[in-house]
Amino acid sequence: MSKKQQFVRFDKVDKSYDGKVLVVKDLNLDIAEGEFITMLGPSGSGKTTCLMMLAGFETPTNGEIYLDSNPISNIPPHKRGIGMVFQNYALFPHMTVYENLAFPLKVRKVSKEDIDKKVDKALSMVSLTGFENRMPGQLSGGQQQRVAVARALVFDPQVVLMDEPLGALDKNLRESMQYEIKHIHESIGVTVVYVTHDQGEALTMSNRIAVFNDGKVQQLSSPDKLYEEPVNSFVAEFIGENNTFTGEVTDISKDKCKVKLDSGTEIISNPIRVKSKGEKTIVSLRPERAIINPENKMDNKHNGKIEEVIYHGDHTRVRLNLLGNKEFILKVPNSSARMDIKLGNEIAIGWNSLDARALDPK
Amino acid sequence: MSSETQKILTTDGIPLEESLRKAEKKNKIKAFLLVAPLLLFIIITYIFPIGEMFTRSIDDRMVTNMLPKTFKAMETWDGKELPSEEVFAAFLTDYRALAEKKEHGKLGQRLNKEKNGFNTILKKLWRKMKKFEEGNAKGQIMAIHKRFRDVKYWQAIKRTAPPYTMSKYLKGMDMYYNEDGKVVQVEEDRRIHRILWLRTLEVAFFVTVFCFLMGYPIAHLLATLPMKYSNLLMICVLLPFWTSLLVRTASWMILLQQQGIVNDFFVWIGLVSDENRPEMMYNKTGTYVAMTQILLPFMVLPLYSVMKTISPSLMRAGKSLGGTPFITFWKVYFPLTIPGIGAGCLLVFILAIGYYITPALVGGASGTLISNQIAFHMKTTLDWSFASAMGLMLLTGVLVVYWIYNKLVGIDNIKLG
Repeated sequence: MSKKQQFVRFDKVDKSYDGKVLVVKDLNLDIAEGEFITMLGPSGSGKTTCLMMLAGFETPTNGEIYLDSNPISNIPPHKRGIGMVFQNYALFPHMTVYENLAFPLKVRKVSKEDIDKKVDKALSMVSLTGFENRMPGQLSGGQQQRVAVARALVFDPQVVLMDEPLGALDKNLRESMQYEIKHIHESIGVTVVYVTHDQGEALTMSNRIAVFNDGKVQQLSSPDKLYEEPVNSFVAEFIGENNTFTGEVTDISKDKCKVKLDSGTEIISNPIRVKSKGEKTIVSLRPERAIINPENKMDNKHNGKIEEVIYHGDHTRVRLNLLGNKEFILKVPNSSARMDIKLGNEIAIGWNSLDARALDPK
Repeated sequence: MSSETQKILTTDGIPLEESLRKAEKKNKIKAFLLVAPLLLFIIITYIFPIGEMFTRSIDDRMVTNMLPKTFKAMETWDGKELPSEEVFAAFLTDYRALAEKKEHGKLGQRLNKEKNGFNTILKKLWRKMKKFEEGNAKGQIMAIHKRFRDVKYWQAIKRTAPPYTMSKYLKGMDMYYNEDGKVVQVEEDRRIHRILWLRTLEVAFFVTVFCFLMGYPIAHLLATLPMKYSNLLMICVLLPFWTSLLVRTASWMILLQQQGIVNDFFVWIGLVSDENRPEMMYNKTGTYVAMTQILLPFMVLPLYSVMKTISPSLMRAGKSLGGTPFITFWKVYFPLTIPGIGAGCLLVFILAIGYYITPALVGGASGTLISNQIAFHMKTTLDWSFASAMGLMLLTGVLVVYWIYNKLVGIDNIKLG
């Protein structure tokens, strides 16, 4: 079975609610069949709007959305065959779990036997067999969430949309539900479009992540690429922790550039978004890529003063004053001897220029 | 079993229950004191008057107090044949006493209601008894008129003996005690109360239905529109609420009368001809229109408060699961609004069943309701005991509606806001 690469396609989609501000700007996005794609972004970035347009609760102001190469803008939501899991679960409070799950089947005029079979299967998938006759109010938040997932999948939709489904759960439950949803996706191979503002959730679950900001997709790539190789300073700052230096490019070659920082020091970085001398830039460096007492082959070596030490169990976070940046964070694993990490000590820090990505200045 | 289990003690060795009671006592007293003024108010202004109404409605002590000796003498009378000399003598004594107080006329009127022709013979007795000789009361009284020799007239007196009577309630249902003391219906053409009861129920029912049909969409709109529009709409719903009931009814009179605005409009658009202006007031139509408008907020507000709590994502969920808008509405939205529908309908029905001003002003003859009849007896005939009896019948009717509702829907399912 060949998977369609353009199963869901946003084609030049714009969306405005008031005719003055564009909430979504020129969105072009292809989603492959069976893919788990996450729309990640701060609130107000347009990600939920995209989801609502796909579900059919909002109409695109411009452009078209295609599902399996058919334009769907004029198809009402109930004919799209797209399952949806809502942030607040949206279980029907006056129906039992069984009736909730049977609802999409009943409106499709499925026979009673098949309904029983499918409901059984869906409930066992979310390990809630035996809960048929409970009312949603009698279930815990996690159980309600699972019922909502089962309900969105029970009628075998082509695409399932999830709108911050784990937002209301506590941390532990959220993490176990992340794995559970991921496993369900892997076992039945449905296309999932997932919306969240939690980057950890996005990184754990998705095949690909679309980072939204200001109505635009900032970067669309796999979780590891997104983290390791952010293409602009928004993505770098939004995903994971990030140390930044602002400065001006003084010299540039193919894969290296010199950036003169505001403090006057020059560092060597990897030119991603800078092209010529004299450009302003923000250099981004992941905390775990900087090392204390570096080996010789690292092309950036500088001394910094320890301002704060925070113990985190498995690692220690060290805040340094380095090259004029007082918020430079370092993660030191607690496995090794902890060297001389003491408040006020001067230590040598080094990193490879490849990891210091010179991005746009915002 | 509980006697077997050991009593739980607090750290100080006092039984836990006792300790809890002590700790909560202060709160309980405080709570009671907070409620006390209202409780007192309700007892004085509600429970006491209802009790008063009840006693008034069944009170029939007038004759009992007028003829104390007669009734005492009648205790041994079997009521089948003419009573003994003793009863006649006692009656004569009682009647003389009344005549001295000049209250004998009242007795005549009262007994005449019980048995026609009583007043005449009592007046005759009053004229003749001055010349009565001592003793043989029976013979002398019976000689005055043949009706005194008829046992039915003495039975009528005996019927008034109990200090309480249900006759006012029977009258409210177009029934009465006949001469044999049996409950019978009044003649067909005099059964006005039954018509009024049925009309009251009918009007209350249809007003409730109309209010529901009109209030449901408004409430839905109120609950779903964006704030700035829904506030405006809310004011439109509440504005009539803040206007005097009398003013609103009067404005309906201006609108609905034959030369009124609505009729003018109908004529203008050619719906009716100028000579044939329909009567929309002083009949049931007027009552329906005005009452529906006046009671509409009582339907809209409970519905609105319930609909406001229904998350819009439920409707979206229903649609995304494949339900057409109608199915989603019917299977998801509507069942969730039932508590509001129940509250609204109950409220409107109960208010409508006892409505007074509007039907009095726009109802005319065919649009008046039972409450107007009650008011009529309070103000015009001054038959307060009958008005009380009908008021209590109305109250019972409302309680029955409430009970039925509780059985069907469950009173816990009601939601007023």
